[in-house]
Amino acid sequence: MQNITRLFSLVLIFGVISVVAEVKITVKGSDTMVILAQRWAERYMAAKPDVTIQVTGGGSGTGISALINGTTDICNASRPMKPSERDKLKQRFGTRGVEIKTAQDGLSIYVHESNSVQELTIEQIRNIYAGRITSWKEVGGSNEKIILYGRENNSGTYVYFRDNVLLGEDYSATMQSLPGTAAVVNAVTKDKNGIGYGGAAYGKGIRELKVKADANATAYAPTVENIKNGDYPITRFLYLYVRNKPTGALKEYIDWILSDDGQSIVSQVGYFPIR
Amino acid sequence: MEIMSDLQFTGRPLSLSRDNLGGHLGKGGSLPGSPLPAALGSSMPVTHGSSPAPAHRLNAADLKKRFRLDEFIAEKLITLVAFVSLAAIISIFVFVFREAAPFFQTKEAVAVQEEVEEETYGDDMVSAHAREGASRDRSRELDANASEGESTLGNLFSLSWAPVSLEPKYGIVPLVVGSMKVTILAILLAAPIAVLAALFTSSFAPKWSREILKPAIEILAGFPSVVIGFFALVVLATVLQDLLGYQYRLNAFLGGAAMSLAVIPIIFTVAEDALTAVPKYMTEASLALGATRWQTALFVRLPAATPGVFAAVLLGFGRAFGETMIVLMATGNAALLSLDFFEPVRTMSATIGAEMAEVVFGDTHYNVLFLLGAILFLFTFTLNAVAEIFIRQRLLKRFRGL
Repeated sequence: MQNITRLFSLVLIFGVISVVAEVKITVKGSDTMVILAQRWAERYMAAKPDVTIQVTGGGSGTGISALINGTTDICNASRPMKPSERDKLKQRFGTRGVEIKTAQDGLSIYVHESNSVQELTIEQIRNIYAGRITSWKEVGGSNEKIILYGRENNSGTYVYFRDNVLLGEDYSATMQSLPGTAAVVNAVTKDKNGIGYGGAAYGKGIRELKVKADANATAYAPTVENIKNGDYPITRFLYLYVRNKPTGALKEYIDWILSDDGQSIVSQVGYFPIR
Repeated sequence: MEIMSDLQFTGRPLSLSRDNLGGHLGKGGSLPGSPLPAALGSSMPVTHGSSPAPAHRLNAADLKKRFRLDEFIAEKLITLVAFVSLAAIISIFVFVFREAAPFFQTKEAVAVQEEVEEETYGDDMVSAHAREGASRDRSRELDANASEGESTLGNLFSLSWAPVSLEPKYGIVPLVVGSMKVTILAILLAAPIAVLAALFTSSFAPKWSREILKPAIEILAGFPSVVIGFFALVVLATVLQDLLGYQYRLNAFLGGAAMSLAVIPIIFTVAEDALTAVPKYMTEASLALGATRWQTALFVRLPAATPGVFAAVLLGFGRAFGETMIVLMATGNAALLSLDFFEPVRTMSATIGAEMAEVVFGDTHYNVLFLLGAILFLFTFTLNAVAEIFIRQRLLKRFRGL
């Protein structure tokens, strides 16, 4: 009888230990970063079988909401967290969150491949998206109406573009909102008067415009070199957010992401390492 | 009504099978505790469920016991389930309105946070180039002045919808107009087709073709709307643009056209039922007076079934108004206020679908989305109620002259 009890308690203890040893990390947020985050998770889980990492997308806003609502450990975001969001986090968890820069990304402007326009200044892009320039003729193209495509407002790209290209202005109401960069690229492919924005994309039927900071500057294409050098004018960071200063398994994972190993995946996926 | 009170009065749970009901009615109300077989035996042969009636005289106590146990439990269970589903619907109703209500309450100002250095981790690894890039990001300084948006009626009825903005604008007018545009288009396209199809199936179609047509169209009602949306986005959009040559590939017209595919089966099914339910003597009388089949269908059947057909159209309207996936995929989702049917629109349902996942619980934006939900709810609820009660019952009688 005693033996059985002993055996039983042994099994129980081992069971508890194995449950504790199984570390589960949930990652949620930016659609731009979802492939990157998945690669990180795959590589890391292959090296550490006792860690399980769950990655989902949904948009930066979605990820930040999840961080605030307590349903994710790590939030991916392609834009910095807003002070108002940090305040909400503070109300729930007593912390304003910790920001980790993990990669760099350039935002491309796409047009249909048949479009004769080759380059635009930031100001022209701003006027186009704010609805002040409505014809391609005004920027050196054919006499056709410009059809605006953009992202849904839960996207970090939407917010980044609004703040840095539109300088905080609202988008024109005629902009069609689409869910994800792929949808934007697809829409521009099918619309010869369309214009769209998003991460680097290599699709048939679209062309990425060269962008110049102002009328006198040189126009740069969103190439690896130009983005790394900081010459291409529309670049941004890709962030991770956690609630508290990372410790334990979470810290190990984040340190690994920032290590050479983790950063090499950044280049593989098509973004740019931070160092 | 009489039967009900009778049942309650005797306090004996009875199954409402036709047999014992007939027995009760025949007797004109039985006394409490009167033996059942007597009540049953007076009219029809006693059969209960699948068990055949025994030839010999029934043992009253036996029968009573069986009636009490299994049927009592089953009946109560069904009642419970019915009430639970009813309660669920009511609580959804309450929930939607409760979440929408805070929009109208003045929020206490959130204490302004004193400037704190934002915590970062691993920044020492960031290269100088990258750091320079970060300093160019204007999001931080712009966001510092961002507000949550005024929750005022003025903002609510303004003409622009930009909820994620430095000064959020929650103008629902473009969304309401957008929903109306798409819905009206869908009904204009769907109603004639569906009603004519129903008229054909009920009055002209030979039996074999009716037997194929009716179930086929009804199966279409269960077609996943996301598939219709996808079809519209990929195929229909290109076809219609090539055909009509309009500017915007995704627009209200495309949304309406795709939606009509989802609405036709609903209107068809209800309208067909209404047309088939027109009493046979009317059709026969008309034909006997020398009217042709066409005249009979158009001037006798259709007018007689008008209330039902009208109800069908209203139901279709409600479905189209609340439909989300198709409009989310096919209308371009630009919150544009215009009456041009060939421009992109953003509907209320698509707005909820696209934005709900992103909002922070309890935010003004969150409340506004629930407000949109409440409007949708009220609208479809009213439409369905009108379709059900007013038209189906009151007008039905008047039109048939009963």
